[in-house]
Amino acid sequence: MNRFSYARPGSVADALREVSSSPAAKIIAGGTNLVDLMKYNVERPTHLVDVSRLPGLKAIEETQEGGLRIGALVSNTSAAYDERVKERYPLLSSAILAGATAQLRNAATTGGNLLQRTRCYYFYDAAVPCNKREPGTGCPAKDGVNRIHAILGTSEKCIATHPSDMAVALAALEAVVRVAGPNGERSIPMAEFHRLPGDTPEKDTNLGADEIILAVELPEARFTKNYTYLKLRDRLSYAFALVSVAAALEMDGDKVAEARIALGGVAHKPWRVPEAEKMLRGKAPDREVFEAVAERILQGAQGYGENDFKIELARRSVIRALSQAAAGTPQSQTDKRIQ
Amino acid sequence: MADLELPTRQGHAPDASLPRGLPGEIPITLTINGERRELHVRPWTTLLDLLREDISLYGTKKGCDHGQCGACTVLLDGERINSCLALAVTKDGCEVTTIEGLAAKDGALHPMQEAFIEHDAFQCGYCTPGQICSAVGLLKEGHARTREEIREMMSGNLCRCGAYTNIVDAIEDVLAKEAAK
Amino acid sequence: MQQTSMHEPHVGSPRSRVDGRLKVTGAARYAAEYTAPDLAHGYVVSSAIAKGRIKSIDTSAAMAVPGVIQVFTHQNRPRTAWRSKAYQDDVAPPGTPFRPFYDDKILYSGQPVALVVAEDFEIARHAASLVRVTYEAERHETDLEKVRGKAYKPPKSRSGMAPPAPRGDAEAAFGAAPFKVDEAYRIAIEHHNPMEMHASTVVWEGDGKITVYDKIQGVQNTQTYITHVFGLPTEDVRVLSPFVGGAFGAGLRPQYQLFLAVMAALELKRSVRVVLERDQMFTFTYRPDALQEMAIAANPDAVLQAIRHDVVGGTSSFEDYQESIVSWSAMMYHCENVATTYKLAKIDTYTPGDMRAPGAPTGMFALESAMDELSYKLKIDPLQLRLKNYAEINEGDGKPFTSKELRAAYQLGAERFGWSRRNPVPRSMKEGRELIGWGMASGMWEAMMQKTSARAVLTIDEKLEVSTATADIGTGTYTILTQIAADALGLPMEKVTAKIGDSSLPMSPVEGGSWTAASAGSAVQAACNVVREKLFAHARGMDGSPLANAEIGRVAFRDGKMELIADPSRFVTIQDAMRAGRVDRIEAEETAAPSRINQMRYAAYTHSAIFAEVRVDEELGRVRVTRIVDAVAAGKILNPKTARSQILGGVVFGIGMALTEESMMDHNLGRFMNHNIAEYHVPVNADIHDIEVIFVEEHEDKLNPLGVKGLGEIGIVGTAAAIANAVFHATGRRIRHLPITLDKVIGTKEAA
Repeated sequence: MNRFSYARPGSVADALREVSSSPAAKIIAGGTNLVDLMKYNVERPTHLVDVSRLPGLKAIEETQEGGLRIGALVSNTSAAYDERVKERYPLLSSAILAGATAQLRNAATTGGNLLQRTRCYYFYDAAVPCNKREPGTGCPAKDGVNRIHAILGTSEKCIATHPSDMAVALAALEAVVRVAGPNGERSIPMAEFHRLPGDTPEKDTNLGADEIILAVELPEARFTKNYTYLKLRDRLSYAFALVSVAAALEMDGDKVAEARIALGGVAHKPWRVPEAEKMLRGKAPDREVFEAVAERILQGAQGYGENDFKIELARRSVIRALSQAAAGTPQSQTDKRIQ
Repeated sequence: MADLELPTRQGHAPDASLPRGLPGEIPITLTINGERRELHVRPWTTLLDLLREDISLYGTKKGCDHGQCGACTVLLDGERINSCLALAVTKDGCEVTTIEGLAAKDGALHPMQEAFIEHDAFQCGYCTPGQICSAVGLLKEGHARTREEIREMMSGNLCRCGAYTNIVDAIEDVLAKEAAK
Repeated sequence: MQQTSMHEPHVGSPRSRVDGRLKVTGAARYAAEYTAPDLAHGYVVSSAIAKGRIKSIDTSAAMAVPGVIQVFTHQNRPRTAWRSKAYQDDVAPPGTPFRPFYDDKILYSGQPVALVVAEDFEIARHAASLVRVTYEAERHETDLEKVRGKAYKPPKSRSGMAPPAPRGDAEAAFGAAPFKVDEAYRIAIEHHNPMEMHASTVVWEGDGKITVYDKIQGVQNTQTYITHVFGLPTEDVRVLSPFVGGAFGAGLRPQYQLFLAVMAALELKRSVRVVLERDQMFTFTYRPDALQEMAIAANPDAVLQAIRHDVVGGTSSFEDYQESIVSWSAMMYHCENVATTYKLAKIDTYTPGDMRAPGAPTGMFALESAMDELSYKLKIDPLQLRLKNYAEINEGDGKPFTSKELRAAYQLGAERFGWSRRNPVPRSMKEGRELIGWGMASGMWEAMMQKTSARAVLTIDEKLEVSTATADIGTGTYTILTQIAADALGLPMEKVTAKIGDSSLPMSPVEGGSWTAASAGSAVQAACNVVREKLFAHARGMDGSPLANAEIGRVAFRDGKMELIADPSRFVTIQDAMRAGRVDRIEAEETAAPSRINQMRYAAYTHSAIFAEVRVDEELGRVRVTRIVDAVAAGKILNPKTARSQILGGVVFGIGMALTEESMMDHNLGRFMNHNIAEYHVPVNADIHDIEVIFVEEHEDKLNPLGVKGLGEIGIVGTAAAIANAVFHATGRRIRHLPITLDKVIGTKEAA
């Protein structure tokens, strides 16, 4: 871990000033990913801005639009077990509980969860090349150990995935990220928050280097009955997703009125294909439709050898998740039988 | 290996932007196992290293130093966390309970400690303090009642000796006794 | 808590661990938890390349960090032994051991290239990131498949590891038999990953003397290594390992952190601690992969006609690591035609090493999978096939077994599991969306004993201390030694202290091979028996002794006294006897060794029958192991409570081997990439359901006085095979390449 200075600003404005004070400044809240990466010399900030005690960012509040605003500093545990979240956004609660462990969820924050970095082996190992960690050095994952890597939206430069479960649910729920910067506040829709790697894999998100996440805002509650978060991984708990699917349906009688499907573990961001979601509109939820939807979502998917299986696994997972959502039998994150 | 070269160098350049020499230590206050302590820490010291190296509370274990094993689990303001990923400076003012703080002052063990011995819920003992702190945190959370729920909620604590079924037995035992109270 | 009943012997009864309180209160100390006022901290810099040479190392930036004391590299390594033989520890395989910082050559990725020693751990860690290394890389090879053609018969066999002699004509018999299986099997490379990371704390005692706290399974192995490598006299080096946070074989050989810590301490003349990081736990020993070809054949009556097992195992470029992979195939079943070969091929990694039951789960995965495959071809129950070909003697060497209750294990295990309710047809059992599979396998491991010494000291306060230099890596050695000693002198366990993990204690081999209970246990018992005889002599010699004419065999030692069995009213207390003998301590040191004659006459093995239930979501590839019954025949069970835990641990290890554990090598970089325990998946609590352990009655009287066979390894041996067989029964898909990850189950990746 490199040397750095430390500041604990008392307000968002002060925090913004601190963040802008040095190009190598970093914000720390829960620290569960940043400290991890600092110990590996992957992150080497020279100034740490501790936002964990900023006032006003730890609350879960109603929004004027009838939604819920989850402060950036709300822990993953608090968000997952909050009665309003459980009742109105059970998909989010479920996705959070599918991730990490009780200990990590107690420390990790809502804002930090969105900003966690990929689990790509090469990114994590400072002794080997990685375009995301050190632009221009190459991507050994493409021809290497890529069992956990992306199949959608990859680039020549990078095939890393985004590891968050929470973000997948937020994408499906079309949450909005509220951020503050030197020029005031702005909103970034989840769909635009994370980026694809393209030529700049070092940039995970569209959050400015001088910006701070204030909250995640959820629109008015929907999808409270027909939803699921299905996560497949290499052991039954405490592992990152190989593939995960957040599926949410709004039913109109026996037909689908609206569908949301977001995939985790397959791309550099939660993966949504709105055209595929539209294919479900007005249809009875049957396997044939689900298969077509899955095909559409995975259009253009590309494997790199060891992760080829993810294409088929993702296809099947989408179908299963849609079946679970349609049946109103969301996947339990405790009972390891898959419904 | 299209754009890939074998690595031919490693090592980072020193951070130019920092003044040379050790940055000053920062005063913090922590209440550790009921005892209030005024401490001076450097910003990069984790709670785990502080406990082990600075105040010789070696009961909290380092099993990976990256939040991957749970051996360093302590209770922070009553909630279980991985102390290896918590910079001590960020926990100024908090209460920390480690394995050394669970037994009563007279030496009487915490029911969870008793249950771990009774059910042989450990072998080498290295993950044990973390398992026990985690289990005490789990009791307080109140989300786990069934064996299945205990298994899931204890999955943040690896045990390479494979004492899992005995760990679940021990926790189930304590839960049942708590419920009977 | 169990009540210690007055007359119930401790040996054979369930007892809680005597070190339990220390472990649940955090008071048990491990190697990195000892300190000294002058302690400095070492941090290792590891090589980024797998093969080549170090062109340059620039340590100036690291040295400039305030608090850095020294940076050691091959360029400034203090003088150490130059002969490679000096580095050969007690359990080294044939070859040239790795010598840290020996020269500029890089032999494997992750090899230590520099050690930064600083005033605290954080300074050392930071400065280590500033060490600039440039390399001249050479072509490496880490892919065992690619070097298969260069496989060779090891010129020097590791002791006891030579493949068995062939018998009959396996080739011809295989050709002639109507039912056959001829397949290739493979496991994945696994790393031990004990929860405690390797560490050595070297306390500088002044005057060239050091006390070393090492994570090691044999303190005297470390001691010998240090004295040979650094030219120190034995009396100047004391090594301790009172607690070892798991090892599973990773702590058999002194590892490089020990060398580095001792080197730095001697050079700096101050105390030094070196702790490895978790990713560095992937830079030394591991369970090797092996390319296995297994051919077995039977006649229509399901009688085995031929077994052929050919293996190419991976080893490093500098040592010929060998393990018993093929020997089981010559012993497990009755078969007249058996041929095995065992070759090695070199890859550019560190030398593989013993990991829980080295070789056995590897070889038995192939043999027991093939047996299962054969059972389907023969349309016979897999358990029946095994019973039909039961080996009454060890056909590998023609010797009878000292004891073998495997038949009872099959029967009891099957009963408890409900095996008779199994529908033999694959894919026939289902619940909800999950296919259910039941599979079984046999297990086998050597029952060994090693020459070991122990001391027993009884003091007038009725306290007994027993000691030997062995280790307790979680196996329960402290507890069983306490039980054995308590029984010998008729004392409650609270009056007995077992001391181990100290090189100054009587001689013990490394803790491993499942031999510790037999070896250290017998030595402690022998020492206690001498104390017992001396004590009894004092009792008998007392004026007007109630036991004056009694023989020791007619006297019971219990509750702090010696009493006539026929008339318990005639007794002498320990204290009275010692007072009468005018002694305040009685001491004895004894050595126990296996009976040479019995070793020549008999074959000694533990056996197990393991039954597994899996539930498979076939569409999504998820496998859950929902039930295991493991019936074990291992002679006398000293402590059913800790013994059960040993088996549970072995089974959990086996579940990991079967389903989740795999060290993934990037052959382009020659580096294990998932070198952390977030991505190297040891099973977590959620992965482990019901495991039932049965200890089968097995009378054993030839192996050692205790009748014990050892339990550290047998739990893992058949587990992976039983699970793979259950997966086949569930899905009809045979997976011959471990681990059985979901990609293999859904079948989009070639299942070897």
